[in-house]
Amino acid sequence: MPDIARPMTASAITGPGDGSADIHPFGEGRSGAAPSPADAILPLGVRGLCYRAGGRPLVGPVDLDLHHGVKTAILGPNGAGKSVLLRLMHGLLTPTAGTIRWNGRIADAGILRRQAMVFQTPVLLRRSVAENIAYVLRLRGWPRAQRATRVGEMLALGRLGDFARVPARVLSGGEKQRLALVRALAARPEVLFLDEPTASLDPASTAAIEAIVERAAAAGTKIVLVTHDIAQARRLADEVVFLDRGRLVERSAAFRFFARPASPEAAAFLAGDLLY
Amino acid sequence: MQDFTAAVGLAVRLLATADPDLVEIVSLSLQVSLTALIIAALVGLPLGACLAIGRFRGRSVAIVVVNALMGLPPVVVGLIVYLCLSRAGPFGVLGLLYTPAAMIIAQTVLVLPIIAALSRQILEDLNRDYDEQLRSFGVGWRGSVATLLWDARASLATVLLAGFGRAIAEVGAVIIVGGNIDHVTRVMTTAIALETSKGNLALALALGLVLLLIALAVNALAAALRQSMPEAARA
Ligand SMILES: Nc1ncnc2c1ncn2[C@@H]1O[C@H](COP(=O)(O)OP(=O)(O)OP(=O)(O)O)[C@@H](O)[C@H]1O
Ligand SMILES: [Mg+2]
Repeated sequence: MPDIARPMTASAITGPGDGSADIHPFGEGRSGAAPSPADAILPLGVRGLCYRAGGRPLVGPVDLDLHHGVKTAILGPNGAGKSVLLRLMHGLLTPTAGTIRWNGRIADAGILRRQAMVFQTPVLLRRSVAENIAYVLRLRGWPRAQRATRVGEMLALGRLGDFARVPARVLSGGEKQRLALVRALAARPEVLFLDEPTASLDPASTAAIEAIVERAAAAGTKIVLVTHDIAQARRLADEVVFLDRGRLVERSAAFRFFARPASPEAAAFLAGDLLY
Repeated sequence: MQDFTAAVGLAVRLLATADPDLVEIVSLSLQVSLTALIIAALVGLPLGACLAIGRFRGRSVAIVVVNALMGLPPVVVGLIVYLCLSRAGPFGVLGLLYTPAAMIIAQTVLVLPIIAALSRQILEDLNRDYDEQLRSFGVGWRGSVATLLWDARASLATVLLAGFGRAIAEVGAVIIVGGNIDHVTRVMTTAIALETSKGNLALALALGLVLLLIALAVNALAAALRQSMPEAARA
């Protein structure tokens, strides 16, 4: 089976059940964790991040640290600002205030190339399925021979082998989403932002996406997943960031968040889910 | 009706015997219009792309101007190019008036706005789709232009055909700057105009039929190229 991401620099994976209840209390670094090597892009430090548009504040101020080895879910109701926050962190939007630092550095082209994002509605190039994957590899300067091998691996990972030469636009919704995901993973990003990757998928397709995400995480890719699917956050996330009306309301280890949310907003959000 | 039957007969005869005058006129027409098309495409496609994805002041004004220039009357273009190339004009020293080069310039000026305006629309629509994803990939503006041009190539080919159609069918501008000089600047449309004015309606119609055949051949060729493209490219 193909390896999904280059194994990352040594940094312990912290997760539920390892005794550290608060994984990374925000505003502070991880006590006792080894400092990140100079060439790492994580941790991602967000300070006083605000975004205004149309004369109203959409996000912020948000302070947040995202660390390697932890799968982070960003939860919140519709319109909470989850997608905007993700785009800000990925660098697609310019904050109106505040800073985003990757291991202390301001994002540049080099840092953007080490991340990838899967959008809520996948944007596929008007090319074949295989060409969609090859495009990213060519962009990252992969030599031709390695490119071909890698495309094959990614097609297998996304169970898209039969569609290699098919135009990407004829794929079904689930297949498109799988293609967008494996294309994002093709060049081995160190951080993967996912914006509701399973929003309109059936349970089987959802499971397929989640399996690929899990493997990417196991291979060392940092996962930042936006969802309002509580069950999915429960399945995937190690920690939860809860957003409501643009504000970061709560941030805690997943098991704790789901057992005892600290904020009334999060409690209401979780309770609302139980009604259905 | 008689004229028409005679014209068809004449057209067939001219083609069958590969009449040297006809061959000369047809090949000059193709040379002039294809050269104009290539120049207009080399300038017009990047210009269309810049207008499509660029974020600069005056962009919307530029788009309005380019769109309006699509409707430029050929005689006006001919007149302006004539004034520029005439002995007293700014480029008079080049001595280009009444040469094929002058006709190429006039046709380029006519075709350029069509290519720029139509490709701008096509690329802007595609970019609405692609923009965020390409920025997420870390593609710079140069790479974006290349990607957009490539992925829209089937639609852009149609734009080039429209440009070629306008160039080869145009008479007003080339007659002013070319002068319809036999064996020098006589092209199909100017020959048709001349023969019509001389009352040689059958010959004029025959030339018209040949022009129609060329248009059909060019479009058939384009359709064949399109068919031979991998299916994904025709999205
Ligand atoms: N460019 C913009 N201009 C004005 N308002 C915007 C802009 N982008 C987003 N918004 C608004 O910001 C708010 C947050 O949007 P966002 O897409 O981040 O929500 P979300 O949490 O992702 O919601 P969903 O779960 O429905 O995807 C919404 O009210 C949206 O209408
Ligand atoms: Mg959203």
